Amino acid sequence: MDARKNWQDLPDAQGRFGQYGGRFVAETLMPLVLDLERAYRDAQADPAFAATMADFWTHYVGRPSPLYFAERMTEHFGAAKIYFKRDELNHTGAHKINNCLGQILLAIRMGKTRIIAETGAGQHGVATATVCARFGLPCVVFMGATDIERQKPNVFRMKLLGAEVRPVTSGAATLKDAMNEALRDWVTNVHDTFYCIGTAAGPHPYPEMVRDFQSIIGREARAQILEREGRLPDAVMACIGGGSNAIGLFHPFIDDESVRLIGVEAAGRGIDERFEHSAAINGGRPGVLHGNRTYLLQNDDGQILEGHSISAGLDYPGVGPEHSYLHDIGRAQYLSATDNEALAAFQLCASLEGILPALEPSHALARVGDVAKELGKDGLLIMNLCGRGDKDVFTVADALGVTL
Amino acid sequence: MMSRLSTRFASLKRANRAALVTYIMASDPDHETCFEILRGLPAAGADIIELGFPFTDPMADGPSIQKAALRALKAGGSLQQTLELARRFRETNKETPLILMGYANPIEIMGYDAFARAMHASGADGAIVVDLPPEEDAPLRAAFTPHDLSIIRLATPTTDDTRLTKVLDGASGFLYYVSVAGVTGANAATSEAVTAAIARLKRATDLPIAVGFGVREPEAARAIAQVADAVVVGSAFVEEIAAGGKKEAVERVLHKVKLLSEAVRTARSQEGKIP
Repeated sequence: MDARKNWQDLPDAQGRFGQYGGRFVAETLMPLVLDLERAYRDAQADPAFAATMADFWTHYVGRPSPLYFAERMTEHFGAAKIYFKRDELNHTGAHKINNCLGQILLAIRMGKTRIIAETGAGQHGVATATVCARFGLPCVVFMGATDIERQKPNVFRMKLLGAEVRPVTSGAATLKDAMNEALRDWVTNVHDTFYCIGTAAGPHPYPEMVRDFQSIIGREARAQILEREGRLPDAVMACIGGGSNAIGLFHPFIDDESVRLIGVEAAGRGIDERFEHSAAINGGRPGVLHGNRTYLLQNDDGQILEGHSISAGLDYPGVGPEHSYLHDIGRAQYLSATDNEALAAFQLCASLEGILPALEPSHALARVGDVAKELGKDGLLIMNLCGRGDKDVFTVADALGVTL
Repeated sequence: MMSRLSTRFASLKRANRAALVTYIMASDPDHETCFEILRGLPAAGADIIELGFPFTDPMADGPSIQKAALRALKAGGSLQQTLELARRFRETNKETPLILMGYANPIEIMGYDAFARAMHASGADGAIVVDLPPEEDAPLRAAFTPHDLSIIRLATPTTDDTRLTKVLDGASGFLYYVSVAGVTGANAATSEAVTAAIARLKRATDLPIAVGFGVREPEAARAIAQVADAVVVGSAFVEEIAAGGKKEAVERVLHKVKLLSEAVRTARSQEGKIP
């Protein structure tokens, strides 16, 4: 069997990547996710949809994002050449807008008049609020009460953009609970509401759809590196929370078997039985949550655990189902970095490259040196710098014991 | 041999009355108090028992049942404990059908076959797994078939006729009609809407039809009992447990069951209707 063909054909008609993915939702939502899939297939077949996306990507988001040769970082490690895909230079400062733009255009096509979203750190909430403002649609963002307290600047940004931020106090009042609450809203407002999911997870077709919208990252990076270096990279790297920036970078390289796909999970305070980490693949096991089967942090009774990461954007007990599959078949490799390693990488990147990376890609940065050394002098790697670190300066100051 | 569910529905049909289906969460507020409630339910008037197994992330439940799940987990509740409560209940009562209700992940972790064997051993009769729509419940169906356990499917206001065919294919025990698009404990549907929905469902299936979501008070239960085969009440009991106490909680829940049961039992005779 030609395995490569198989990769491109996924997910299958049931929304499965091997045993992962699927549509594990309440019956009330089944007609809605089936309807969404039909609408997405219809949009995919319509050149006007792609043309509208391309126009907004160029003139509103600022794509293509540059592929930057991180010369001093490369010198620092003295090994493979390191490139950054600069998705932190997008409008709103992260890759999230790539997906939000696609989903809002789809929502408009479907005649939906109200947008809901979940957010953890607030980046997806801000991106959703941004496109809702741009297209004049009301937006409700569900955010855990704990996260609202931790991410006040983003809460205010969403409000400035006209969104209603609805605090979620159920469960542990963090991202997974915000997602539960968004699903509860959707199940209640079935006729007019479009649920804009922020990562490549959730019931089919979300993992596929979000991957496709985010694949602009990998398509650009692939063309840019071929132009700059005349060859494919040896490795592409990205951080993994739900994993939307990673799958967007990986997917266009999936048939290039010489290219290693490397994800970096958040190891928090260490991957062990205390579960003070967010490394679903390295420290969890398969289960069903939020509409899909995937690796999850959970106990022996299948109860979901909270996890921890210094990066609020990686602080989620699951991971997108395609990553679970790529892990199991060995096509992608999943490493991890602790809070402290990410903090060190954040500082290193700031001092060597003059770039404040978000704490999320700081996790990938923390493993860049190891991979570069493994590849050696002739090696070539691309890391997705998927978000800017301005939002994290308070967290970093706090972690470094600095009073602002 | 007829299953407990079909035996129960057959005898209710002869008596020309609807069933009262009562939901409580296993191990809420603790194992023993929950067992006392369970044990008292048939005498208080419950015709069918739904026993919830707790999950941290109950995405189709409103605040009352979310909190019940957290109380249960805090008290050491689990799928194992739920099965143990079912087993203990079955020692006290051989006739009343007992259905487990919850979310897929605890079953995924236990394993579908192990779950089915454990259910059979404990004397449970079927399961409602909220996030296993027909597209995803094949492993559960395969595991249930050898033990003659029922898969209770859900139909909702968003289930159109095409979808209904899919929902009914492989359904057994009864069909659970979720009368409002929303979470448990939300506002109730109007009785006109429920009547129309039941007429539509009845055209498509011979399975008994239970109506739930948003039914709290005897009046609402009575109205539904006039047209449906069963009335499901959950959040109203769970809220009595949330109000506190142990012995008191048992008394309050069983008292509430009595009130609802009287309403359900007299619904058709008072109305003089022959369905």
